[in-house]
Amino acid sequence: MTNRIGIIAAAQTKYEASKPQLNNGELVFEVVEKVVLETGLKYEDQAEEGEDLFIDSIVSCSEDYWAGKTISDMLLHLELGAFAMHATKVAADGAQAVYHGVISILSGKHDIVLVAAHRKESETVGSIIENAGLDPFYLRPLGMNFLDAAALQAKRYMYKYGVTEEQFAKVVVKNLKNAKNNPLAQRPMDITVKEVIGSQELARPIKLLDTKPVSDGACALILAKEEKAKRLTDRPIWITGIGNCYDAHYLGDRDLADCQALTIAAQKAYNMAGITDPYRQIDVAEISDEYSYQELLWSEGLGFCERGKGGRLIDSGATEMAGDLPINPSGGLLAGVPSGVAGMSRVAEAFLQLRGEAGNRQIDGAKTALAHGVTGACGQSQCVIILSNS
Amino acid sequence: MPERIAIIGVGQTEFKSKNIEVSQSELVNSAVGRALKNAELSIRDIDAVIISNMELFEGLYLADTILSEGTGSYLKSGMKVQSGGTSGSTCAVTAFEHAATGLFNAVLAIGFEKQDEGSSDAGLRAISEDTFFDINTGARGAANVISELALDMLNRGSVTEEQIAKLRVKQSENASRNPHAHLRKRLTVDDVLKSRYIIPPLRLWHICPTSVGACAIIVAPESRAKNISPKQAWVVDWVSVHGGMQPLVGYQGVALGKGPLGPMWTFGVEQSSAKLYKRNGITDPRKEFDVVEVYDMSTWNEAAWYECIRLCEKNSAGRLIDEGATALNGDIPVNPSGGVTSTNAIGASAMLRIAEAAIQIRGEGGERQVPHVKTALAVTAGGDSYSSAVLLKSSPV
Repeated sequence: MTNRIGIIAAAQTKYEASKPQLNNGELVFEVVEKVVLETGLKYEDQAEEGEDLFIDSIVSCSEDYWAGKTISDMLLHLELGAFAMHATKVAADGAQAVYHGVISILSGKHDIVLVAAHRKESETVGSIIENAGLDPFYLRPLGMNFLDAAALQAKRYMYKYGVTEEQFAKVVVKNLKNAKNNPLAQRPMDITVKEVIGSQELARPIKLLDTKPVSDGACALILAKEEKAKRLTDRPIWITGIGNCYDAHYLGDRDLADCQALTIAAQKAYNMAGITDPYRQIDVAEISDEYSYQELLWSEGLGFCERGKGGRLIDSGATEMAGDLPINPSGGLLAGVPSGVAGMSRVAEAFLQLRGEAGNRQIDGAKTALAHGVTGACGQSQCVIILSNS
Repeated sequence: MPERIAIIGVGQTEFKSKNIEVSQSELVNSAVGRALKNAELSIRDIDAVIISNMELFEGLYLADTILSEGTGSYLKSGMKVQSGGTSGSTCAVTAFEHAATGLFNAVLAIGFEKQDEGSSDAGLRAISEDTFFDINTGARGAANVISELALDMLNRGSVTEEQIAKLRVKQSENASRNPHAHLRKRLTVDDVLKSRYIIPPLRLWHICPTSVGACAIIVAPESRAKNISPKQAWVVDWVSVHGGMQPLVGYQGVALGKGPLGPMWTFGVEQSSAKLYKRNGITDPRKEFDVVEVYDMSTWNEAAWYECIRLCEKNSAGRLIDEGATALNGDIPVNPSGGVTSTNAIGASAMLRIAEAAIQIRGEGGERQVPHVKTALAVTAGGDSYSSAVLLKSSPV
């Protein structure tokens, strides 16, 4: 990417099973306030004549269904600070909002963009919403939700490549253990493969502990064009590549064991960032694992290993904290992050890693990181973001 | 370096109150197909697809993913955006930004609504009601705030009810020339003045209909677009503003549209157009534009926007209507399409303003074509004072 985009601040709430004390506005305000105060930035309408460092665009990320409100961002502008200035809303995963922020800056129209995502999964029944996220004629009448779709994908993945339930369970063991080092994580746990496999079966082969828990939380970042990012902080983290891609909607139109859209999204991001060997060039990856099998399948799509070798990747220990390519040192989505916020929180975690501010979950010497987000059933819409600290 | 961009194709369905013969995917696909044909491109030439609609109005969560067959987004980039009434222009602006990066060859933007498959009223009930305070006011949707805007105009002496009726007749005449418009019946002043009150002074014929339909535009950067011809509508500049009226919630009632910033949406429309004018050295909009498209959720709004976008002085919208200046043969034609009062498929409505401006520049307006259009303005409004203003020209500078 010829024009780099800097991330100059990032904030996340603690992720919790429910936050009944906060409404949507208060939830997102917690993170917006943090990044705005930390950078000391004004908003466009507050800037004096001649000043050129101010937030000139806001990309919020929420969704009417989850908010239970038509135009979910409309009553949030006090909290977002959107007054008499550009503001827009992405109704998809948070990584797409970061992507939008990058596009806004590359377009030359905006210089400093606040991106913020929030969701309170505790306030509704997700499976009903997910059912509305499937085609109304063929899929919806089956009563399907994204969990059922994921079960079909996991089965197909096991059948085609011989990946096992034990290997899926290992992902859970690794990520929940990693979460013990993350003070923001909802579900840090010491757990065994046996316990994961013995947990309640939800939709074969997916068990309760193979899924991400219901979670409430928010995340915000401030992005800036290169020249302004350098003036605003000594340690900007650079977004060097972005890519997104849609797959087909109907599950029968794709081979669910191959994630074609992710392969394409990753290739776009790698081309932009000059990455030819992701396994060696990427030091840490935060990927969206709503279900344990997805960390393995997405690893294949991202080119971390060959097709069908995701199971061997987790067996090898390469994705552990001390491995060649640690995946989800934060604990990932399995440790509890709301969908919608998920992709943006991956970027925030990558930011912390590259700044060396990840505390006990820090991967020493991390220079290049990958963040990944998904939207829709079985990862129909994929987004990949590459970050670097040099 | 950001690229110069142009709208190289426009497509829209015929808008109607019901279209039960087609699915949402087919509806969207119809507009996409027409836009591709208009641009002389195939779907293979498109590499990003942006879409917008109101999720709760037809019951689709993640419409961008469900409708991928119809949008053509398979194995392409893209995302879904939404911002209420301005969804269509937010979508177009997102496509403009994508195209301006130079990372894409051609970007497809789609706005649609299929209100016959859901209940917009149910969706609207969830619109402006703050869960804790506003819900008690019983205010629902847009009619309340529009009636406040109308009262404000009457009280200021800006327009009379007769002038608004005249303006509605103008809107119907334009719509009757637009084969895509929903309400195409030619109205008389009498028809309008005798239609029933919804909330006084707002009458039935003043309000936009509930429409089904889709609009698509194709945006391309100068250096990478195929088929760039002199007929393109160049997108010279755009400004989006989120006005932000929430400080009024629980005080004077945002749902009732009262407050220090004026009636709902006026602040946003003033801000977006003023910023656009300032950045592009526009000092006399009535002279400098050949045609204007505005987002008139009611006839009263079209009159209000005349003042907000400075086609006339404050409190003189009525005079502009009497002069016939904004009619198709006037000196500053506004809404040759017939506007939102004639056609309102919400997710498409704001995009249609930009699409019609592009159609006029490309000389493809048929019976509603304004002669010799070189410079066009499209202004949208929605949400709580969201607004976009887009400047289009027949040449890139």
